[in-house]
Amino acid sequence: MYEQVLDNLLQPAGLGQRELEMALGRLLSSQIDFGELYFQHRVSESWSLEDGAVKSGSYDADQGVGVRAVAGAGTGFAYADSITLPSLIDAAVSARAIARSGGEGRIQVGHAGRVPARYIADDPTTSGSATDRVELLRTIDAYVRSLDSRISQVSVNLNASHESILVAATDGVLGGDVRPLVRLDIRVLMEEGERREQGTSGGGGRYRLDALMAPDFWQHHAEEAVRQATVNLGAEPAPAGYMTVVLGSGWPGVLLHEAVGHGLEGDFNRKGISAFAGRMGERVATEECTVVDDGTLADRRGSLSIDDEGTPTNCTTLIEKGKLVGYMQDRLNARLMGVEPTGNGRRESFAHLPMPRMTNTYMLPGQHDPGEVIASVDDGIYAVNFNGGQVDITSGKFVFAASEAYRIKNGKLGPAIKGVTLIGNGPDVLTRVGMVGNDLELDSGVGVCGKEGQGVPVGVGQPTLRVDGLTVGGTS
Amino acid sequence: MTTTELKNSGINALLHDPDREADLLVDIATRIIDQARAGGADQSEVTVTSSLAREAGVRLGEIETLEEARDRGVCVTVYCRQCVGSASTGDLRADAIDETVERALAIARHTQPDRAAGLADAALMAQHFPDLDLWHPADLALDALAERAQTIEQAGRTADERIVNSEGASVSTEAGVAVYANSHGFIGTRRGTRYSQSCVLIANDEAGMQRDYDYDTARTFEALAAPEDTGHGAAVRTVRRLGARRIPTGKVPVLFAPEVARGLIGHLVGAVSGGNLYRRSSYLLDAAGKAVMPSWASLVERPHMPRGAKSAAFDGDGVATRDSALVTNGVLDRYVLGSYSARRLGLESTANAGGVRNLELLGAEHTPAQLMQEMGTGLMVTELMGQGVNLVTGDYSRGAAGFWIENGEMAWPVEEVTIASHLGDMLGNLRAAGTDVDSRHNIRTGSLLVDEMTVAGASE
Repeated sequence: MYEQVLDNLLQPAGLGQRELEMALGRLLSSQIDFGELYFQHRVSESWSLEDGAVKSGSYDADQGVGVRAVAGAGTGFAYADSITLPSLIDAAVSARAIARSGGEGRIQVGHAGRVPARYIADDPTTSGSATDRVELLRTIDAYVRSLDSRISQVSVNLNASHESILVAATDGVLGGDVRPLVRLDIRVLMEEGERREQGTSGGGGRYRLDALMAPDFWQHHAEEAVRQATVNLGAEPAPAGYMTVVLGSGWPGVLLHEAVGHGLEGDFNRKGISAFAGRMGERVATEECTVVDDGTLADRRGSLSIDDEGTPTNCTTLIEKGKLVGYMQDRLNARLMGVEPTGNGRRESFAHLPMPRMTNTYMLPGQHDPGEVIASVDDGIYAVNFNGGQVDITSGKFVFAASEAYRIKNGKLGPAIKGVTLIGNGPDVLTRVGMVGNDLELDSGVGVCGKEGQGVPVGVGQPTLRVDGLTVGGTS
Repeated sequence: MTTTELKNSGINALLHDPDREADLLVDIATRIIDQARAGGADQSEVTVTSSLAREAGVRLGEIETLEEARDRGVCVTVYCRQCVGSASTGDLRADAIDETVERALAIARHTQPDRAAGLADAALMAQHFPDLDLWHPADLALDALAERAQTIEQAGRTADERIVNSEGASVSTEAGVAVYANSHGFIGTRRGTRYSQSCVLIANDEAGMQRDYDYDTARTFEALAAPEDTGHGAAVRTVRRLGARRIPTGKVPVLFAPEVARGLIGHLVGAVSGGNLYRRSSYLLDAAGKAVMPSWASLVERPHMPRGAKSAAFDGDGVATRDSALVTNGVLDRYVLGSYSARRLGLESTANAGGVRNLELLGAEHTPAQLMQEMGTGLMVTELMGQGVNLVTGDYSRGAAGFWIENGEMAWPVEEVTIASHLGDMLGNLRAAGTDVDSRHNIRTGSLLVDEMTVAGASE
């Protein structure tokens, strides 16, 4: 893969192994731990349908090189938005400002190791024709509208992107990756009398557009969006207070992402600012809970063959049978904490610095039938869809907003309730997981995680699970 | 540390000769418009941007990051018989730009006609370009920024012994030039500088860690708060959260501090914005001429405010901006429209392509102390979490942290609660606003007192 990227990304700019070494040489100093060049080329294309017509489309092409020099916990960083030798050298000189004096260090030229590819390298923006894409969106629109006469608005968005990255560092790290990413989103607005409600569904991953064009795929999401809007049209005000909450399988795994995932990223723990800092080996969840971050899953939105620092991704166990056993690491934080990087060093683009980020974070399945989990609750709510969440990693408080939820009374599902925010405390929410279902499911591939202003695609997942105590932010 | 290496002429040219940079961008924009026309576009518009940013971050006294960012970009939209295509790139070399225009044209060959598509009417284009006092360049080297960040963090860490850790302090500068041009022959140039500083601290006691921050942002470097004040402010805000706890579930008045109050006004703006209206995705459809706030409250937009956060002589469509009321004595005067959404709704553009510009709340009469007195007992919110705002229905449910107010006095810090209500009720029944206006932002409001919301917290 490295050779392929070298040919496609650098050769057109007249750059080769020799120029890489020259630029790395400019980064060198006896004071830096390592210097790194990150080349990226990314194209993306999107089409959107509204009012029954594909009214807009856009295309974006971006390329550049980000250069950093790392000394202890300090980083010098600069980038150039064109891949040329002069701009590369300029960026290297700027990035080296972190080191106080010039250098005698040695460049260790590396070899790109063979890393298993987690997805195909095909470019989804060049496969198939624009006519097919436009036709697909119109077909979806017609299908959605045929499902329910109360639908007043349908919007459908199709996105495809393709990126090539190459990492070369002074300490011998060398790697390349080619990453496709596609996504389809459907939103419907339904009106009945004075009430209006929306429903959304979508999915995607690291593969060709063909998969999204398969009728099974888009029909499922069309039906799902319509079903959600229908449910919400009949939703009652949600209750307020502290109660038992059953979370559905799949996308509700955003709970894990917010409640424990961010708190287990290496940077926050090295700095001692995470509510989980210094708790390695301690019990942070009930024995039913095993949580992993797995970048190696085939074709998943959150997967990577190598991370943005050239480290092959892993399946890292974070919590094993309730015990905290692992953090997610990038190179800088792993080195400062004296551990190995875990393949979680990610960045939004060449213009951003890498940091520890999640890939696909999920909980392994338990013993119970999902029906059994619901039946075990006397009084609570069952939340199956969410808009997303947020966490304060220091206090540990996290929220996530349900977009589809139901009341549970005496072990039976009751009426749908309106969208509601749930709030809890990360370090202890998993200690109140009373039951874990056997129905592990991953989300459909729509997650974007934001940290320090950088967005990266991620996945989440979980089986149905029961939390014995979360605060539910309703109005009644 | 030496920064002589950074004195790269290409990088600093933007700071020292912004007119030359603007000329360069205008050349690119004009060439793109010509090329689009030659390629068959009836109309086209383009934005070309160039910016230089520097940021230094320190943590626990040591430099953590030194970043220098030179960004350029071009975004072109073409209209061919009312079919639209857009393309963008960060590569301003001629062949990359050629390809970008070709891509936009290619997309327009596949999109379907949209009767509302096209440039804003030529008659609406801005003719006058007043000096809005937005350009105050200062060629500050990274080490000067790092030194200032160290002063900020040091002031914060030594302010209180309960400050045990830090996420660091940072200082940044940004200077940008942007050109918007379209095939009416309109060419508009904007330029502006911005300076920011922030500090995030961690305090600890037996109940656990708390984090909070303070920051400042201004158009001139001199207008930034003293570094010591930002550090000290962060310490005060962090320490006062120690020992936070939940409150029982119930209905209480809620006082939104200025840093979260502007979000409430932002939701109102979102609900009366063209995109949400023509998609029928707002709880405020057909609200023009109706009361959306109490009669003591008015909102006015001042796009030409000198040094304003979002001041501009023209909007994203090139349409001339002007001072304009949005809400008068509680009644919604108009919607927030760019030319596209205006056409969709059969209305005129309100010069709001790109949003509202310097929106000010009028009618505030209470000092923060008076507002607490007015509330009596209830929850003051200083932080909100999560996305639980549904503009389609107006339903509102978000995570919150702040302080319990008892008999007009701050009693103790609160966390891990939610606040919920309906935006129509919250904004419609605003009881009072504070004179503690946060003027750093595009939406300028002080604290807002909401009559009653459901707070969910501990069991009972």
